[in-house]
Amino acid sequence: MLFGLDRVTMVRDGKVVLQDVSASIPRGANCVAGPSGSGKSTLLRLLNRLADPASGMVRYDGTDVRERDPLELRREVCLVPQLPALLEGTVEDNIRFAADLAGREPDVPRLLDLAGLDASFAGRTSSKLSVGEQQRAMLARSLALEPRVLLLDEPTSALDAGARGAVEATLLHLRERVDVSTILVTHDLAQARRMADWVVRLDEGRVVGEGHVREQLAVSG
Amino acid sequence: MSTSIHVTLAEVAATLVLVAVAVAVSFWRKADLEADIGIAVVRSAIQLTAIGYVIEFIFDQDSLWFVFGLIAIMVVFGAFTAQRRARQVPNAFWPLLLALAIAGVTTLGLVVALGIFKAQPRYLVPVGGMVIGNAMTAAAVTLNRLGDDMTRHAREVEATLALGATSTQAAAPIVRRSLRSGMIALVDSTKTTGLIFFPGTMVGMLLAGASPTDAVRLQLILLWTLLGSVALAGLIAVTLAYRNFFTPAHQLREQPEP
Repeated sequence: MLFGLDRVTMVRDGKVVLQDVSASIPRGANCVAGPSGSGKSTLLRLLNRLADPASGMVRYDGTDVRERDPLELRREVCLVPQLPALLEGTVEDNIRFAADLAGREPDVPRLLDLAGLDASFAGRTSSKLSVGEQQRAMLARSLALEPRVLLLDEPTSALDAGARGAVEATLLHLRERVDVSTILVTHDLAQARRMADWVVRLDEGRVVGEGHVREQLAVSG
Repeated sequence: MSTSIHVTLAEVAATLVLVAVAVAVSFWRKADLEADIGIAVVRSAIQLTAIGYVIEFIFDQDSLWFVFGLIAIMVVFGAFTAQRRARQVPNAFWPLLLALAIAGVTTLGLVVALGIFKAQPRYLVPVGGMVIGNAMTAAAVTLNRLGDDMTRHAREVEATLALGATSTQAAAPIVRRSLRSGMIALVDSTKTTGLIFFPGTMVGMLLAGASPTDAVRLQLILLWTLLGSVALAGLIAVTLAYRNFFTPAHQLREQPEP
């Protein structure tokens, strides 16, 4: 298993957000699905140690994530946040910032292409892009790290239907071109069916199902 | 610079007419500052009179230990005062205390070592007061901006951490803007000094009968000294304080509700 969560409890602002969560996530295309406020995004942040649980253990490749260097872990298990949060400057500045962190020389046109943007976006000012374009620029920036795992926190929640479909197509296409596992957080079960093979279902901070999407999210009727 | 003037209490009291103008403006335009103006006038009278006696005592003792004691008290009170402006910064007191102490000691040490002022209470007390006062304002503004920006831009900071950046790298743009905020007021007033306003030291010396050349030279010394101390205070305060927003594992700490 790529990730294992063992009786994880997480508290934020004095409220229990995850309660005694145990789950496994394999390599490949995965998702964490559940309604708003079910603790999906919090769980995602535990996987690359943007936060630590109050109790329990998170394992990556069989090792407690707390035993790993958090910076190296985040470059290997990279999170793309729900809302755009690019640095000042151009898209290329953002990509180069990430690549420098990993000590790599980025192939900017290829990274933009992987994220569904054409090469002309390299020189565009990040703050002047649409939300959908910023979301793709964030994906290109994350790919500059050449991560093993991409954590995608509701990547289409701020997009209209057309842009959502385009980002989904980009992500599906991405896995055909790059050897990367994905863990997508979504409240949209139809999107979970389209995008993932394995699902962990959460509700009110507890795991209510885990397994293959075709079994866990079978469409009745 | 040995000229001295005598100011009578009647002359001081006469300036209350201008305080009355301030109260009238506030009352007329409903600025609701009448009580604050009253408190400010009473506090300034009491505080300055008290510090006048303290300074006179220290001058009479002619001992540097009393100077250090006075500067230390100013540093502690300055850190407490500045902390109120930096409520969003966790544990802001210690960074502020260290910032004011190091800025004060370094600046005074340098002006003495460079032979600008003699190591005598007569010089170190007034210069020390100006240095600590300006350093306090700069450090408070710097940390106020730091707290605001770390709260407002937490999403961007965490997105940068998520790429494997250190907390130093993630906070760098905010630290830069905060330091700039703390220094910009003095830099701007130094740029415009003599054109748009006459600074206090120069005015004081001219009123006391000093030659304009001496007044200008002393004012330049103080302005340039303050630039150094303000930069040091802002730099030390923000360098120590931004770390309080992060855990050792480069995670954003959960902030209590304001």
